[in-house]
Amino acid sequence: MTARWQSVSFDERMSTVEFRVGERAHIVVDSDVCESCTTRACVTACPANLFAPTSSGGILFNYEECFECGTCYMVCNEEGAITWTYPDGGQGVVFRHG
Amino acid sequence: MVDAVVVGAGPAGSAAALALARAGRSVILLERGPFPGSKNLYGGVVYARVLDGVIPRWWEEVPVQRWVVRRSTMVLTETQSLSVDMRTSSWGDAPYNGMTVYRADFDQWLAGHAVAAGANLVTSTVATGLIWDGSGRVVGVKTDRPDGNIRAQVVIACDGVNSFLAKEAGLLPQADAAHHTLGVKEVLSLPAETIDERFGLGPDEGLDIEMVGVTRGIPGGGFLYTNRDTVSLGVVVSLKGLADAKVRPEELIADLKAHPTIAPWLRGATLKEYGAHLIPEGGYDTMPPLTADGLMVAGDAAGMTLAAGIWLEGVNFAIGAGLAAGKAATDAIAAGDTTTAGLAGYRRALESNFVLKDHQRLRRAPGLVLSQRMQGPYPKLMCDVAERMFTVTNPEPKPGLVLLLRRAAKEQGVRWRDLVRDGIETIRVFR
Repeated sequence: MTARWQSVSFDERMSTVEFRVGERAHIVVDSDVCESCTTRACVTACPANLFAPTSSGGILFNYEECFECGTCYMVCNEEGAITWTYPDGGQGVVFRHG
Repeated sequence: MVDAVVVGAGPAGSAAALALARAGRSVILLERGPFPGSKNLYGGVVYARVLDGVIPRWWEEVPVQRWVVRRSTMVLTETQSLSVDMRTSSWGDAPYNGMTVYRADFDQWLAGHAVAAGANLVTSTVATGLIWDGSGRVVGVKTDRPDGNIRAQVVIACDGVNSFLAKEAGLLPQADAAHHTLGVKEVLSLPAETIDERFGLGPDEGLDIEMVGVTRGIPGGGFLYTNRDTVSLGVVVSLKGLADAKVRPEELIADLKAHPTIAPWLRGATLKEYGAHLIPEGGYDTMPPLTADGLMVAGDAAGMTLAAGIWLEGVNFAIGAGLAAGKAATDAIAAGDTTTAGLAGYRRALESNFVLKDHQRLRRAPGLVLSQRMQGPYPKLMCDVAERMFTVTNPEPKPGLVLLLRRAAKEQGVRWRDLVRDGIETIRVFR
């Protein structure tokens, strides 16, 4: 699956990556904690664009197309908002040309 | 009970397992991905001479993409670029200098050598934590397999930039945005002949371009590497800078691809794979302690990526550290002492070879390279001076170079004394 290089939609971009989606959500975001956050660094910094702000001021997160890079927990400044683990063995991103 | 368990089958882990196995030690090499390299992504070049004494004539079997014969350092603004381009035929002859690889290929290849030496590679298995004895010694790792605890005399944590094992042992801080960068990369398909022609390369020859000034003022840089029939293109940016700028990473790559210098090279290319990875860029001063009782740390887990602007290396440091860790673990097991004191030979070995010597020498480079002036006004200043040097202003006579420099510095708000100070600092850092 390849995409045109000039204007690739984000979905197309992510479709070039192999993910073996595990049963367990390896990253859990506590949206209640996010409601008191003013910076929301995760929303723009996550290279897989997995953090979506909700109208109530929380964060909606989907673990399925995660690069497992660690950006989100590193830039997060709300204690306890992100619980970060690796996917179970063999699951998650599979880079072929990393 | 095994002699050693090595966590992570990247370059550091496979090198460590290789050294242990060759010394006749029982070693389990754990990899959380389905195969070695599947979780790894870099924006770089593998400088593999560190393997000379380990895998004779490694270049005849390594899964290489291209041998790097051209290395460019490029300073860019939105409309300009200024390059220092080094090409030498000697880098195109064995034993070569550097190569581009895909980590899925290279890491599997190196892990294969560890297996051939007798290491037991176990993939699709996460080391979920350390096993401690009552006296605060590490005596193994827990895994996510049923009955998956593995007891070992030594645990070597080569579990990468987020090393949760080093964090659990208190060697690394839980999070450290100030000393990490995010690398985002696109792998773009082009026919091999097109790459040869556009970059002036022979069929196996490669180009490596390191860039500064392409990240909208966010501390960082860009890169372009040629593979056989793809081009790896990406940016590396300070995590804090990226978060503060509220810019999405892929937009920075889009900027780069649209740059007048870069765009013609990529015409018609299609996106093959997108990816991202963190890089530990703090250098020597932010490295964790390399050992604890029963535990050693190597590779990205120990912050061993050298990000010194003109030198960007990591895989070679990982391999060098892994080999040293494996050897020191072997000696410690033989001596019956795998405490911190018994493992001290590891650090001594690294201090006497390139791993810590290079890092120590360049310890101030990360701060200089990512400093505000290096990232902000300097690229523009350099490009402007170069452009005006080569712009023929007839009938006006040529202005002197010092005048051009003064004028450009003034335009960029750079004080003369800062320019001199940074010049001296640069000499100090890189001497």
